[in-house]
Amino acid sequence: MTTSRSPLMMTAALLFLLGTGCKPLFDIRKAMYDQPKFEPLEKTDFFGDSRSARPLIEGTVAQGQLRLNSHLYEGVELIDGDYRSAQTYPFEITMEDLERGQEMYNIHCSVCHGLSGHGNGMVVQRGYAKAPGFHRDALRQAPPGYFYGVIMNGFGKNMMPYYHQIPVEDRWRIIAYIKTLQRSQFAQVEDLEAVDALAPAEAVEHESPEHAHEHH
Amino acid sequence: MSSQLFTPKHNTLARLTLLLFVGGAAGTLGLLDLIHRSPYVRYTKVRREQPVPFSHKHHVNMGIDCRYCHTSVEKSSFANIPPTQTCMNCHNIMWKESDMLEPVRESWRTGKSLEWTRVHDLPDFVYFNHSIHVNNGIGCATCHGRVDQMPLTWREEPLFMKWCLECHRDPAEFVRPDDKIYDMAYDPQELSREEREALVDAYGIDTSNHRMTNCSICHR
Ligand code: HEC
Ligand code: HEC
Ligand code: HEC
Ligand code: HEC
Ligand code: HEC
Ligand code: HEC
Repeated sequence: MTTSRSPLMMTAALLFLLGTGCKPLFDIRKAMYDQPKFEPLEKTDFFGDSRSARPLIEGTVAQGQLRLNSHLYEGVELIDGDYRSAQTYPFEITMEDLERGQEMYNIHCSVCHGLSGHGNGMVVQRGYAKAPGFHRDALRQAPPGYFYGVIMNGFGKNMMPYYHQIPVEDRWRIIAYIKTLQRSQFAQVEDLEAVDALAPAEAVEHESPEHAHEHH
Repeated sequence: MSSQLFTPKHNTLARLTLLLFVGGAAGTLGLLDLIHRSPYVRYTKVRREQPVPFSHKHHVNMGIDCRYCHTSVEKSSFANIPPTQTCMNCHNIMWKESDMLEPVRESWRTGKSLEWTRVHDLPDFVYFNHSIHVNNGIGCATCHGRVDQMPLTWREEPLFMKWCLECHRDPAEFVRPDDKIYDMAYDPQELSREEREALVDAYGIDTSNHRMTNCSICHR
């Protein structure tokens, strides 16, 4: 009797041990998969709002985030003792900047304002509020700083601010590209030689209007 | 019959028991491994429930670029998930009354984050970096599949180590031109092997000395 039962008992006991013995093993493995560190956007139970990345305390400035350059960050210049919409770009616009501007414009603005800036983007076609075209006279005269203000604050009732999804330099590159688009819609033959109206003067190489023409 | 406890019959029994143990243990481990690799555990091609039924199919086919929402993908290791503000760019007007979007509006009102379910999640002991891949000719679709056809997002690849290595051993099979990275429909095989090898050189991808399969580039 005993002899025949013992292997069975032994097996049962061993399986039991194996089972419970493995649990810590699995736990260790799990601990390596999900370590106590936080990956970006990982949830935490420690703070009430579940964010492991803490928002900045109001009034504090993170290292490298001090924004004294009001031309670059706010789009305003001191003109006649007053802060007004910047008339120029805070850095020289090169051909690469324009290309980047085109890319960023197509990603962030064209969905509403259209690829050539006529305000007929896909989202508008699906029923969003009509976005204005950029080829009205008032907007053609508007300085770069005006556009910067719209990106920072939104416009009217219907356009939300866009600063949160576009890095600072790219905002200016987008504006330079919009200015190129505006010129391209009213291009005169002499424009092909003189693109200097694009501020800052001389910064843009002479191919730019042709470049913009690709988009019609 | 003698009074011996163990008869020769028990020899076979003992061997059998041993075999059963070894075999059983190996079998169990094998089974566990199979389960561990199964699409069921890996969620491969399984649509994940989300707080809002966000559809890449709808939004991407409308002509919205990946970077409109995943803004950091070309600059950082992490491809960010868009904040509620990004949704509100359009849904302040579009489908303003829809119940489906109530969690988005609630998040906007209260400032509390939407809690998206992660679709991909490598173990924490693996280092991955988006910008390195995206700037070296690997398109989103190569790793994530046809996101533009996903009504709810799923994971196309189980993300095994061997999958990373397959490409790291021979990136020339997978590279594509710089202007096709965000193109969902593009197939790298449209170019010939020679053209793709030329691309690998142009990107400056260095596969010499098994550099790209060195354990410490991924396990830092
Ligand atoms: C979701 C659609 C949408 C997107 C995307 C969008 N806009 Fe707009 N934009 C609008 C609408 C709608 C208006 C008009 C708002 C109103 O009048 O209430 C507008 C207005 C403007 C104006 C003001 C025009 C004027 O009459 O003075 C400018 C400038 C502008 N947008 C620039 C941009 C730029 C630059 C981008 C990309 C960074 C952009 N927009 C992205 C919808 C959009
Ligand atoms: C309108 C905004 C938007 C656009 C455009 C967009 N996404 Fe997403 N994406 C999201 C949101 C929100 C999530 C989180 C919810 C989910 O997983 O579906 C997400 C999740 C993902 C995930 C899964 C992330 C995880 O949890 O592991 C991948 C992969 C992804 N997107 C790839 C892409 C690709 C590739 C494109 C371009 C073809 C793209 N997305 C365009 C908003 C967007
Ligand atoms: C650039 C504009 C835009 C942005 C940004 C955007 N959506 Fe949409 N969304 C739309 C439009 C337009 C529709 C209607 C789709 C259609 O007409 O086919 C829509 C539809 C939807 C729908 C319901 C319709 C459906 O069948 O899928 C949901 C849910 C939704 N969006 C969620 C989101 C979430 C969540 C975000 C933020 C991550 C977001 N959207 C960002 C434009 C946008
Ligand atoms: C080489 C393969 C590869 C490529 C190319 C790739 N991804 Fe990913 N993606 C991954 C992996 C792996 C993860 C999981 C990362 C983790 O868990 O740490 C991931 C995660 C994500 C996430 C979730 C957030 C995160 O970073 O963990 C999003 C969103 C995403 N990818 C979007 C994109 C977009 C958009 C593109 C194209 C611009 C892209 N990916 C290209 C492999 C890739
Ligand atoms: C389809 C191809 C492909 C896949 C899949 C892929 N990679 Fe890569 N990976 C590359 C290429 C190409 C590079 C760029 C190498 C270079 O230029 O140095 C790279 C580079 C890297 C680097 C940086 C190496 C360095 O030089 O420091 C890391 C880390 C990395 N990959 C991790 C991963 C991980 C983890 C996975 C799987 C989850 C993965 N990769 C999947 C193609 C791929
Ligand atoms: C290209 C990136 C990459 C390289 C190179 C790499 N690994 Fe991995 N490794 C991974 C990924 C991704 C995983 C996670 C796989 C999973 O989730 O199943 C992993 C998992 C592992 C695991 C854990 C297995 C488990 O299931 O717990 C071990 C051990 C490991 N790797 C060892 C190595 C060794 C040793 C080398 C060098 C010979 C190496 N790895 C090189 C990407 C890499």
